Formats: sequence, structure tokens, C-alpha cells
Amino acid sequence: MTAHTITIDGQQVPFIEGQTIIEAATAAGVYIPHLCHNPEFTPHGSCKLCTVKVNGRNCSACTFPAVDGQEVLNDTEELNETRRAITQMLFVEGNHFCPSCEKSGNCQLQAVGYFLNMLDAHFPFFYPSREVDASHPEVMLDRDRCILCELCVRASRDVDGKNVFALSGRGIHTHLIVNSTSGKLADTEISVDDKAVHVCPVGAILVKRTGFEVPIGQRIYDHQDISEVSLAMEESVAGESHGG
Amino acid sequence: MADKIKVATTSLAGCFGCHMSFLDIDERILDLAQIAEFDRSPLTDIKQCSDHVDIGLVEGGLCNSENVHTLREFRKSCKILVAVGACAINGGLPAMRNHIPLEECLEESYLDAVGVENPQIPNDVELPLLLNKVHPIHEVVKVDYFLPGCPPSADVFWKFLTDLASGREPSLPYELVHYD
Amino acid sequence: MYNREHLLEAAGTPMPLTETEQSVLMRIVDRHAADATQLVQILREVQASFRHIPADAMDSLAAALGIERAQVQAVAEFYTFFSTKPRGRYDILISDSITDHMLGSREIAAYLSERLGIQPGETRSDGQVSFDYTSCTGMCEQGPAGLVNGLTLTQLTRERIDRIVDLVNAGTPVTQWPREFFAVKDNIRRADLILKTELKPGSALKWSNTRGADSTLAEIEKSGLRGRGGAGFSTGMKWKFCRQAKSGPADAPAERYVVCNADEGEPGTFKDRVLLQSYADQVFEGMTLCGRVIGARQGYLYLRGEYLYLGDHLDRVLQERRRNHLLGSNILGEPGFDFDIEVRIGAGAYICGEESALIESLEGKRGVPRNRPPYPVTHGYRNKPTVVNNVETFAAAALIGLKGGAWFADVGTEKSKGTKILSISGDCAKPGIYEYPFGTSIRKILDDCGATNTLGLQIGGPSGIFISDREFDRVLGFEDLPTGGSFMIFDRTRDILEIVRNFTHFFAHESCGFCTPCRVGTSLLRNQLDKLCAGHGAKGDLVELTHISKLVKNTSHCGLGQTAANPILSTLERYPELYEQRLRAKAFEPGFDLDGALEVARRMAGRDDAHAHLEQEAVL
Ligand SMILES: Cc1cc2nc3c(=O)[nH]c(=O)nc-3n(C[C@H](O)[C@H](O)[C@H](O)COP(=O)(O)O)c2cc1C
Ligand code: SF4
Ligand code: SF4
Ligand code: SF4
Ligand code: FES
Repeated sequence: MTAHTITIDGQQVPFIEGQTIIEAATAAGVYIPHLCHNPEFTPHGSCKLCTVKVNGRNCSACTFPAVDGQEVLNDTEELNETRRAITQMLFVEGNHFCPSCEKSGNCQLQAVGYFLNMLDAHFPFFYPSREVDASHPEVMLDRDRCILCELCVRASRDVDGKNVFALSGRGIHTHLIVNSTSGKLADTEISVDDKAVHVCPVGAILVKRTGFEVPIGQRIYDHQDISEVSLAMEESVAGESHGG
Repeated sequence: MADKIKVATTSLAGCFGCHMSFLDIDERILDLAQIAEFDRSPLTDIKQCSDHVDIGLVEGGLCNSENVHTLREFRKSCKILVAVGACAINGGLPAMRNHIPLEECLEESYLDAVGVENPQIPNDVELPLLLNKVHPIHEVVKVDYFLPGCPPSADVFWKFLTDLASGREPSLPYELVHYD
Repeated sequence: MYNREHLLEAAGTPMPLTETEQSVLMRIVDRHAADATQLVQILREVQASFRHIPADAMDSLAAALGIERAQVQAVAEFYTFFSTKPRGRYDILISDSITDHMLGSREIAAYLSERLGIQPGETRSDGQVSFDYTSCTGMCEQGPAGLVNGLTLTQLTRERIDRIVDLVNAGTPVTQWPREFFAVKDNIRRADLILKTELKPGSALKWSNTRGADSTLAEIEKSGLRGRGGAGFSTGMKWKFCRQAKSGPADAPAERYVVCNADEGEPGTFKDRVLLQSYADQVFEGMTLCGRVIGARQGYLYLRGEYLYLGDHLDRVLQERRRNHLLGSNILGEPGFDFDIEVRIGAGAYICGEESALIESLEGKRGVPRNRPPYPVTHGYRNKPTVVNNVETFAAAALIGLKGGAWFADVGTEKSKGTKILSISGDCAKPGIYEYPFGTSIRKILDDCGATNTLGLQIGGPSGIFISDREFDRVLGFEDLPTGGSFMIFDRTRDILEIVRNFTHFFAHESCGFCTPCRVGTSLLRNQLDKLCAGHGAKGDLVELTHISKLVKNTSHCGLGQTAANPILSTLERYPELYEQRLRAKAFEPGFDLDGALEVARRMAGRDDAHAHLEQEAVL
């Protein structure tokens, strides 16, 4: 096997033909902030948090293929500022009231905010009206917190084989829909063990009656930042999917 | 000491939780008293900001016209204005009413709810009117610093004020940044 | 026949479809061979028949097409020409392009609104008529324009509105309205290579059959032709890459596609409309030639929904070409040269002009741009190698096929060969279609079309740039001023910020919503600019405007977001003083209307005393 490498912030990072920049980075223990990317699913490229500079041009690390000799900038003040602004956009677009959210402390959006030292949401809030779907006995959908990453869409389609979710609408009115005549979760095949129920990076899809189970201080991001958590979780997946 | 830092505080649409948390600096308040003096604040019961306040700490968002007036007074009097806590920063829990039209909120509270006697919308001119939506304070005045948290921990206040007092650019390390 | 909305209103919940309705639905499905890739076409017909996409129809369609209900709903909620609530029997849309504004469209719309007694976005309570605004309909030089039940209306005047309102109230079918309401003129003012050279249908194909596909491709490459849709990629290279791309297993028959991009959604562009109206044979010949070169058997022409009126005409031309053996099997007797073309019509989404979003739409999905790489030349329609070219590109290719590459390359400049067809609109005496060799100066063009007192112009549409009167010596071409053909002229009576505001609203409306920076950022820009134009901007707001603009430009997923801030950025660069004049002296102004935000509470408490108001006071 010939050795392929790119550099990320000056560091040599090997990659295997076909890997994206983020896959190569993760395997090498380099964290690139991301939200819509999850190594278990097909690359998506919508949140733009993983924006890196490749040979001077902005690219999404989660979809852009690694190519020999690429010079990638990742952990720079400029890029992190950009990512902070994108995170702020996600916050003002929805309704995120962390103190009353079951996901708080375990939420990737919040954790990315912490990681980027985001202290406020900066932009004017949209305060949209979005529907909550509590129809299902075990699964809860709170669209106020949805960041439209389509992980549940991909999981339900590609892993569960149920196509329970889809994005609909357009522009700022884009929203998550449920695939049933009533539009309600109760009328779908979704079950609490489905992958789709557990991939949501934020508190939009939740298993009922499990909120606030973990006390403050022991939640995922209470003491570890998302770069550490994410690398620990994803390195193994990255290794699996492209090990051979 | 003649030139202590003058600090004013207020709670707009908030729950005083941020103030309580501030007091959790416990005995460090004695150190603070060495360098700072409180101006308008529920802690002092002074009702009006003096002309030159150094730091204004604002808890809570804007839910009515009185909040707007108070906030403007703070902005005019304070060199540095700080949004303290989730409500000041994004409207917080009070802003959860934002997806219900104000009309419905008022009808539900004063006219239609079970147990309402003598239903009428309060209209005394002394009462501040509600804004259509609850807003964070940075949408109405310029805010210099943000201290997130619901409430921000005592350490956040301490770190922030001591940074400022010693002329450092205030910054919060990872452990102190929380939105809850 | 369909009077559902009364029932709907009465019941408050969707009614199940009646048997008749169900059979109407199934006839539509049958007409499209229950082919799910034709979902947009199918929904167009459902919308036309039912005046909306009933919730129950979504279930029936999903079942009949073998797709998920969510897909039907998602598509129905993506395209602006579909609605999930009933629209009027007469669905009137007024084009909201800046060029329509300049011709008085806003006044016309206000008058229409008054005459009908409904506000934009509303349907009259009797269900007879609805009215709204829509993005540029491509009639920029013969506006104010609009659409009624999808059909183009031009040159609207108050008198016409009066007559239209009478026709609506009388219930006269649109087919019986005066023809002149729908007249669309070509207005060709300057013809050059493409518009002047005669091409007898089939002549380029015949020549190509004689000399072979390789040599045809060589001529295209030699011509230096670059895409006319905006990006300017070498057409010869594109065809070559597609021809070389593997289309599947070696033993399977090759599956490749030719797609003609006739989405022409860029405000101020209407040259493709004229090509399709009067040079359709030439465009189809170019597509067929491409089919021969790359080895495709099927082509699609994706026509923007706003050009519905061209649909029948194009079908007739295709029919004629089939009769003449210019389409079908063994074209012109050449064994194995099989190719056919189908017209597919969009439904109101500018983003579907982006080639990968267009392909998604062709596949019956929401028009969301794909990740690239891979590019359509290797993974396009149905994931097969696909050439997507602009209408004008195919028109040029057909002539090159006949006349040879050198003929074309002789004209133009070093990096920009041939000519460019411009759609000229706005403040000039003779708006219309002008074809110029690349390298022509802006000054010459302005002279030709009779523009005087010119302040500046927007070249390349809202996604292009604004150039000022200090730049009229600049020239057309990829080296200097590339353009898809939109050329909007503004004289000194115009307010630049109003123009920018119109463009910025356009992008916010047309953002597909896939990626964060564009989905959220274009709306933030719109709001920020509105604040500024309403006189509530402070210094900080200008900084903020620039900040968001750069963010949207630098991090968006596709060309729409990457160019959405161009109107702001290019005018900020040239006319900073115009923005600064609008600013208050203060550093900060509230972001929303404070006194307005007390309105509901005032009304409900029955108060109007001094304490019941707030000033929009700026501080610091
Ligand atoms: C938002 C957006 C809209 C576009 N609209 C059109 C269009 O209406 N017509 C067109 O030919 N190309 C349009 N394009 C460019 C196409 O993506 C593509 O580059 C073009 O069709 C290729 O054809 P060409 O090489 O012949 O120019 C658009 C691109 C973007 C990003
Ligand atoms: S989803 Fe995350 S960011 Fe949103 S409210 Fe919940 S914890 Fe906060
Ligand atoms: S519900 Fe969760 S997983 Fe699904 S799109 Fe929204 S944020 Fe993503
Ligand atoms: S840039 Fe805009 S139009 Fe393009 S993918 Fe992103 S949201 Fe959609
Ligand atoms: S993680 Fe790459 S775009 Fe979302």
C-alpha cells in the first residue's frame, strides 16, 4: 500500500484512498468540529461546522475527499470564529432553552458551543413556531431543538429501513416531517430501539421518561470537551469502516 | 479607597437566580468589597443608577416596557454592560411564551383560565405593558460581555469581576461555560 | 368542479378524496406511467386540477408511485407553485423582479389587491381567486409581468387589471381570455453568430454522421466553447469526461444522459426563453449532437415552471423532429444512433438551475444541491454520467457541429470564444436580446440599447456584480465580466439600496435550506438590510452586515449561498457612502420595532397613555 498523506495544521496525516478529510483526521486523532457528520452514516455536508481550508479554499471536511498533498487548515482563530458564528446561527434559528432541556450536558450543539467558547448567540433570534410531537408512547420529537442535520433521516432510512423522517419545506422554513398520514410519530413504525431514536445530536428526539437521569456533574460534556469525547467515540468507528 | 469599581445590578424578566448565585461567592464577597462598591441593585435597595457606574450586571430578558426603560438606564449609566444568565442572553424560560401569540397568553391568564374571577385584562396606567415577545437584551442595547449559565456559577462572577478589576480581558475557561 | 375548500373550511380537517377525485388522481399518475421520477410533473397536474395538493392525495400518490408519503409531502412543500392549502380557481402571481418594480409592478399589484379585496398570499373567501408575488418570471423587458394559472401575462397595466378582475369575477376560463394578455415578444435587437446563422434542422447531425462522433467532439473542443449558464466550464471537456465516464458494469449497455438546463431563474435573464421560442430546433439539435458524442439515448429539457406557456410549442417541435428522423432510433438512418428528448417542467425554485439540484428535481425530489465531487459528468441523473448544459450552450454547439470549431473560435477573445447573448432590461430605450462577441465593452452595449444617465448596472443577475459608471470600459468575457446573460441597467433616478434589498429578499426566498450559512444567513441578511433601509441602522449594523455577508459567501454549500451576498458586498465596496447615509449617528439601534411590539398589549388593555408607548431610542 502506498502511503498517502495530507497535512492538517502542519501535521502529517496519513489517509486511505476514498477517505474524506474528516475520516483521515479522526483516525489520526485530530478533531474537526462537526454536527451533521457521524462516521456511521453517509456523509452529508449540511451544517458546515466542519469547514476547513484546503489549499486556501473553504471545504466541508466531512464530504471532501482527502487527496495527496492537500494542505488543510483546521484549528485556526479564523476558522473557529466562523464555526462559532455558524453555531450561533443554529441557536437563533431554533428555540434552544438549555436549562429546561433534557439533553443539556449531553448535547453536541451545546458542547460545540462550549468548545468554541461561544458565550452568546449574537444574532437576533427567530423564535419560530415549531410543533412538538408527543404522540408516541416512548419517543418524543421536539422540533424546537432540531438542527436539520438529517441524521435521524439517514438512520431511519439506511439502518432501520423505516423512512420515518424527512426534511420538508424550503429555506428558513425547512422542517422535519414524520412519514405518516397524520404526520405523527405514533402512526409510524418507529420503536424505541431504532437507531434513529438515538442518533440525534441534540435534544430533538428523545426517549421519554429518561430525561435528567444523569445528574449534573456526570453528564458527557460536564468535564470533557467534545473534542476528546468525539475522538474517543469515533476513532474506533473510523478504524472499522476503513480498516481494510 | 476612593476609586472602587462601581457595580450596579438589576433583574429584568428573570428569577433573581443569577443574583442568588452571585451571592454564592460566599466569603469572597469581603475581598470583592475591597475593590468594588454596589450602586443600584436589589442588594443595596438603591433605586437609581448614579451617573458613572463602571459595571452593570443585568439579569433577565425584556418582557415589558419597564424592562426596556431600566435597561436603557443601565446602558446610559454603565461603562460596561454585562448580560448575565440565560434569560438576558436568549430570553430564557420567559421566552418560552414566544411561540404563543401574546393575545392568547393574556386571554388565557386573565379571561379564560379556570378559576379566573372578574375576568378582565389589567389596564392600570401604572402597569407596564407586555412586549409581543420576550427578547434578549442585546437586541435593544449594545452589550459588552455575556456571562452564560442558568444561573452562571459564583465562580463565573468571581472570575469575570477579578479579571476586569485587574485590567485583564475577561475570559471564561471551559469548565465555567454553561448554558444551563 | 372541485369545490373542496368550502368543505375543508366547514370541517376544519382534510376531507377524504371522493371517488371522482381519486380517479382524476389516478389518471394523472397513469399519464406519467406511475414513474416516481416524474413526481414534480405529477404534482403540477394535481395542483392544476385540485388547486392544491390535498393531504389524502399524498397518500394515494405515494402508494401508486411506490414511494414514501414523506417524499410526496416534502416535494409539495418545497416548490413555490405547489400549495397544501387550496388556491383560487384563478391563481394570479405578480413577478417581483426589480425590473418589474421599475416598470411599476408594485403599483399594479397594489391595485390588483385592492380590486380583488385580498392581500398578497391570500385566497378570496369565495375561493375564486388568489394573488401573491413570485420571483422574476423572465419577462423583464415586457413587464410588469405575472402568471395566471401558470400562464405568462405581460405588460400589465391598470386597464388590463380591470379587465382581468372582470374576467375572474365572471368566471371566464383562462383559455378564453384575450390572446394579447399572453403575448410574449422576442425583441431580438442584435443578432450575431448564434442568432443569425441559419441551421437547417438535421444539418449538423448529418454532418456529424458523416465525420463521426470523435471528430464532432474534436470540433467542439477546438471551438473553445465554454458553458453559457454562468460557470463557464469548457463544453468540450465536459462532453469528453462524460463520454469517458464508466456508466456501469462493462457488459451492461451504457446509460448516459443529456440534460438541457432551461431553468433560467436568474432575475433579469430571458435569453433562453427567446432561444426556446424561436430557435428550439437548434437547441434540440445541440442536445442530440451531444447525445451522439457521449453515447446517450435520452435527453431531458428542464424548463422552468414560469415558462409553462412554452411547453406545447416545444413538444410540437420535438414531434416534428421525430417525424423527420431527427429523434428516435437510427437517427437519419445511422444505425445505433438512438436518442430522444423529453421536456420536464419545474415548479418555481431558482435553486433548480443549479445542475445537481436540477438533477434531484428530475428524479422527483426536492431541489437540493448534491455534494461534489462526484460531479454530474460521472454521477448525474440516476447516478449515471450526465452532461448538463445551458440552452445557449447547446444552441452554440449545434452550429459548431455544422460550421466547425474554427468558425466559432475566430470570434471573441483569448479565453472567451464566440459570442454571448445578453438579456438587457431596465433603464434603456431598447431593452431586449443582444448578441455580442466577447470582448465588447459595456459602454458600447449601453450606447446600442439607448441607455442614458446610467448610474450602473447589475451584470450576471443578483448573483453577479454591480458595476458603477466608472467601470464602463470593462468588457464582456470570462477574463473580466463573466455573465449568464442578465444585464440590468439602472439610471440615476434609482435607489441602489432598494435594488440590493430586492435581490437580498430574492435569495432569502430561494435558499433551499440545506446548509446552515445560507439557510439562516440569507434571512439574517434580509432582516439586517430591511432594518438599515427602514432608517434604523446604526454603525454596528453595517459591520454586522459585512460580517454576515462574508460568512454566507465563504461557507455556503453551493453557488446560491456563495453569491447571495454579492449585491451587498459589491455595492458596499463601490458606494459605502450610500449605506453610511442611511445610518443613524448612534452606534446602536434596537433590532426590532419596540413600540410596535406593545401594540397587542395596548389594544387588549385598551390603553394609549404615554406609558403605553416606547421610543425607538438609540443609545451610545
Ligand atoms: C443557484 C444557481 C442557479 C443556476 N441557474 C442556472 C440556470 O438557470 N441556467 C443554467 O444554465 N445554469 C444555471 N446554473 C449553473 C448550472 O449549475 C450549471 O453550471 C450549468 O447549467 C452548466 O451548463 P453550462 O456549462 O452550459 O453553462 C445555476 C447555478 C447555481 C449555483
Ligand atoms: S438541544 Fe442542546 S442546545 Fe438545544 S436546548 Fe437542548 S441542550 Fe440546549
Ligand atoms: S431531529 Fe435530531 S437527528 Fe433529526 S434532523 Fe433534527 S437534529 Fe438532526
Ligand atoms: S447554499 Fe443555499 S441553496 Fe445552496 S445548498 Fe446551501 S442552503 Fe441550499
Ligand atoms: S459536519 Fe461537515 S457539514 Fe456538518
